[in-house]
Amino acid sequence: MKIIEIIISGLNIGVIYAMIALGYTMVYGIAKLLNFAHGDIIMVGGYAICVFCAMSGSRTFFFVSIVAAVIICTVLGIVVERVAYRPLRGATPIAVLITAIGISYLLQSLAQIIFGSAQRYVTVPDLGKIMIGSLGIKWSTIITLAASVIVMVSLSLFVKYSRIGRAMIAVSEDRGASQLMGINVNIIITITFAIGSALAALAGLFYLLQSPYITNTFGAMPGIKAFTAAVIGGIGSIPGAMIGSLVLGLIESICDTIVPIAPYKDAIEFSILIIILLVKPTGLLGKVRREKV
Amino acid sequence: MALLKVTDLHVYYGVIHAIKGISFEVNEGEIVTLIGANGAGKTTTMQSVIGLIHPTSGTVEYDGKTITNMPPHKIVRMGMTQVPERRRIFSELTVAENLLMGAYTEKDKAKIKNSMDEIFELFPRLLERKNQIAGTLSGGEQQMLAMGRAMMTHPRLLMLDEPSMGLSPLLVDQVFSMIKKFHENGTTILLVEQNANKSLAISDRAYVLETGRIIMSGTGAELTESDDIKRAYLGG
Ligand SMILES: Nc1ncnc2c1ncn2[C@@H]1O[C@H](COP(=O)(O)OP(=O)(O)O)[C@@H](O)[C@H]1O
Ligand SMILES: [Mg+2]
Repeated sequence: MKIIEIIISGLNIGVIYAMIALGYTMVYGIAKLLNFAHGDIIMVGGYAICVFCAMSGSRTFFFVSIVAAVIICTVLGIVVERVAYRPLRGATPIAVLITAIGISYLLQSLAQIIFGSAQRYVTVPDLGKIMIGSLGIKWSTIITLAASVIVMVSLSLFVKYSRIGRAMIAVSEDRGASQLMGINVNIIITITFAIGSALAALAGLFYLLQSPYITNTFGAMPGIKAFTAAVIGGIGSIPGAMIGSLVLGLIESICDTIVPIAPYKDAIEFSILIIILLVKPTGLLGKVRREKV
Repeated sequence: MALLKVTDLHVYYGVIHAIKGISFEVNEGEIVTLIGANGAGKTTTMQSVIGLIHPTSGTVEYDGKTITNMPPHKIVRMGMTQVPERRRIFSELTVAENLLMGAYTEKDKAKIKNSMDEIFELFPRLLERKNQIAGTLSGGEQQMLAMGRAMMTHPRLLMLDEPSMGLSPLLVDQVFSMIKKFHENGTTILLVEQNANKSLAISDRAYVLETGRIIMSGTGAELTESDDIKRAYLGG
């Protein structure tokens, strides 16, 4: 029984990481930049849910708040790309990195100005539990798992079988050759940011279902962990981000059971990750890209 | 009127002056070749024409319109396309998916299907390997795929950058006969080659590029007869 609980809890946190890691990995693969402000999009989504839920306690309003959070995050992702990253296309990676860190602090500061620095309680509905034998599973966990699986399968099918999805693969492999096909790379990058940010909003929602409190650094730790998961899976690879996230979630859940004290847990967790990367520096599904001359 | 007209083109890479004021034109229905040694500036010229590189000065006109500094995806939609140097097929996609990328600007499913059937008829080898990941094809097959991919939209002007590079003599012959076939079907061709012999043989006209300048031009036959060309490029 304990084992099943550990696995379920690991999968729960793992799919949340996957929602975030997909944004990191797709943006890295397609736009070739590390969007370190990605974690803060989760925070914005969380506050959006917080505000809308506070306006009314009803369940229908809860669903409206989810839609609103997804829309707000999607628009924010598109605006950040357009205003901050696009002008830097072709600039040195270090300039892009500094910009990303700047946006991250900007979003956190704005959130602090608007919502204050105290932790806020978010009135998400308590969905209760279902008992399977002696095992109690929270409905929120079941919803998180089901919704994430649907999202991951749809995204994989979209990338593999749609015209835009194939264009994403093409741009990530060879931007110049893609342009020769008539692909407008700017539009593909915009779509990538939009998808990544929408998924980040969902991640924010799933977090709040687990623990309904939010501060302006709500997205920081999940952001770093999901980024790590993307690297473990092989940054740039979509299935890699999913597998890396599940691996990380399970490791976290196991560590949580052995030493349920946060600093120890995180230390053990990151040590295991470093070992994985020492053994396989390109990540589990990462490929060594051949150099283009 | 020329289909493609390049006037006084200059390209810099940082401080390197790679293209030093070249002018040339390609008329509708012609096969025109730019020949030149490694590093002469052939690829830079091709990429400037299609907008992948921004020239410092000079103009590129296509079909009477100035296209200098237009983004490549817009230029491609005007009916010009390029088989890039080293093929640059999408190695993670299958053969069929690569061809679909070639038809990216076409939304009509029936037309795409027709084009794909045509390409498979021209290159039966690609049909056999339709669902194979393109990165696992041989060099010759990859060149066929790159050419097929470029022909998916029936371009008016096809540019090929060293399509014979790295291929066995037999495959080189196949590539050149395929270029002739595209031409017979009505496509205007701008070819870049180091293989001067074979390219001059199929060209209406040619330009010789040396360290960023055009040093000679003429009909394919004239240049084949020229002593300078023989000495420098034809191994005689
Ligand atoms: N990305 C680049 N950065 C700097 N110099 C370049 C770059 N690409 C080409 N060059 C230089 O420009 C010149 C022309 O190169 P290129 O157009 O590739 O010649 P070709 O295709 O005829 O071999 C060469 O001297 C080459 O070294
Ligand atoms: Mg070249």
